[in-house]
Amino acid sequence: MESTTLAHHLLLAALVFCAGLTGVLVRRNLLVTYMCLELMLAATMLALVAFSRFNGTMDGAVLVFFVITVAAAEVAVGLALIVALFRRTGAVGSDRLDSLADR
Amino acid sequence: MEALLLDLLRSPELPYVAARGLVLIGAVMTIAGYSVLLERKASAWIQGRVGPNRTTTPFLAWIPLLGSFLRLGGFIQPAADGGKFLFKEDPIPAHVNKPYYVLAPVIALAPALAVLAMIPLSALPDGTPLALCPGADVGVLLMFAVSSLGVYGIALGGWASNSKFPFLGAVRGSAQLISYELAMGLSVLPVFLLTSAPGVDDGLNLATIVAGQEGMWNIVRQPLAALVFLVCIFAETNRHPFDMPESETDLVGGFHTEYGAFKFGLFFVAEYGHMVIGSSLFILMFLGGWQLPFVETAAWGALGTVAGLAIFGAKLAAFLFFFVWVRWTIPRFRYDQVMRLGWNVLLPLAVANLVLTFLVLAVAG
Amino acid sequence: MPDPLFVFIAALTLGACCLLVASRNPVTSAMGMILALVGIAAEFFLLDAYFLGVLQVLVYAGAVMVLFLFIIMLLDVQPPGGAYPWKRALAGGAAFLLLSAAAFALLAPEGSLAKAAGPTPPELAANPESYATAAKAFGRSLYTKYMLPLQMAGLLLLLALVGVVTLAKAPKSAD
Repeated sequence: MESTTLAHHLLLAALVFCAGLTGVLVRRNLLVTYMCLELMLAATMLALVAFSRFNGTMDGAVLVFFVITVAAAEVAVGLALIVALFRRTGAVGSDRLDSLADR
Repeated sequence: MEALLLDLLRSPELPYVAARGLVLIGAVMTIAGYSVLLERKASAWIQGRVGPNRTTTPFLAWIPLLGSFLRLGGFIQPAADGGKFLFKEDPIPAHVNKPYYVLAPVIALAPALAVLAMIPLSALPDGTPLALCPGADVGVLLMFAVSSLGVYGIALGGWASNSKFPFLGAVRGSAQLISYELAMGLSVLPVFLLTSAPGVDDGLNLATIVAGQEGMWNIVRQPLAALVFLVCIFAETNRHPFDMPESETDLVGGFHTEYGAFKFGLFFVAEYGHMVIGSSLFILMFLGGWQLPFVETAAWGALGTVAGLAIFGAKLAAFLFFFVWVRWTIPRFRYDQVMRLGWNVLLPLAVANLVLTFLVLAVAG
Repeated sequence: MPDPLFVFIAALTLGACCLLVASRNPVTSAMGMILALVGIAAEFFLLDAYFLGVLQVLVYAGAVMVLFLFIIMLLDVQPPGGAYPWKRALAGGAAFLLLSAAAFALLAPEGSLAKAAGPTPPELAANPESYATAAKAFGRSLYTKYMLPLQMAGLLLLLALVGVVTLAKAPKSAD
């Protein structure tokens, strides 16, 4: 019986990454865009763990540990920015942030 | 017989797994029901009342002494309560967000059930822990992780109700739960430090932590950690004096104001499930788990397993009584006091205790 | 054929991703995100990275997403009115299909990467030294080989903390 190979895991990671990328491209709600960004990070984590597992080293897994740490810090700052933005403009849509547009 | 029991506990075959799941759900429902009875009886006792003493059934009531004992002790009350929850009309208010309104109680209960399956209750004769679903070597962390998912039940329930007071309860609840999770996580780190001495593997496994308390319980070695963890589990289970999400005086019923019948019952069971989880974690990490001081139950074989189970059960009952006792003794905090206690008192205390343990271990060990 | 459990979890994760991207209600998006993260944590478990899986649930699903949900509720973000933007959704779907077709061409089980797949799980189980699953192994690498990054991560968390407190404080001159 053939079991799950590295390619299967990488394929899943790639699909999840693509879903996140699509979300970043099409969504206008900043909070959702931000979640999609996090999804892309999570997909790369999956790829890292898979590589680490199939190459038999610890390094990728440890890197994932750092990615989780950095992502947590990033989410905190990003959400604070979104809240500050909401206070100023009263909206969380990226299409509403056009105060620098020339018109 | 013994082989069948072991199969029931370990076998990955589907019927056995299903049987384990049924045992778990039955046990949780029973424990939740009798915790409610304990709560009602103990609060009645504290307030000089009698408590539930009327419910009875035919046949049982006719047995001379036992019948009146069951009736006066209220022992049939949980069955009546459960039946009431099941058969009441279950209306869905018109203004709610229907899918999430229905989903929220399930989301509240599922993590509690999953964690309850991982709690080791006693040690088998061969030294392995007796649990329905023994965790990996990251056992404690897994329990923390999964039980922290229970907050979505509260958050979604309050939000989906689409009305002011439940919403306030949900917002309060989610803020309170993530605040206290931090102090809770930090407070138990010294316990892991003490357990994971050089040469000990599986330092995050609850069975290892229990085994490490053979000479002395952790509450003696780490009193400050025990205190912080104790306060945190009260906050995490939303029990008095921390029941911000459902404080009746200012939020009507809090996040479950709009819920009734069976859905409310699920929230209720989830709360008691979290109480059992918190108590079990405290007992396992600080009160020696299924051990008694000066008694070597491990040497008694199968009898030792049963004795360990009984010891654990007795400690659990005592701890649940402690929950009730605190509820009827300490008045509820104000919301800002809760947040200040978490961030300004418990968190620094936990960090200080951790650093102190580092220093002591570095100097002495 | 991959393991049926893998297929189930992969389907669940991808379905959750679709929920996240396609839903107009931010709370539904957040729920999809939570489900996707739990699915990825389950993937970690399948890959024997138990510690990372637990960490993922603890940090992401248990804390970060609560924060997201909290902000969504606090700002009371309503789904936008009007008809569902089918054009944009179609464009997004097309982009997703194109991207995933490219990924599939690269990684298809008969593709180039599958041939260099390295040891499969049963082979690795015989040699657990290199890819240790225990939490202890993480501690060992973190405090030896990765000491400097660990310190930097701590510093980063501190900086984020200070930054968030500064950002979240209501400006004094507001209104």
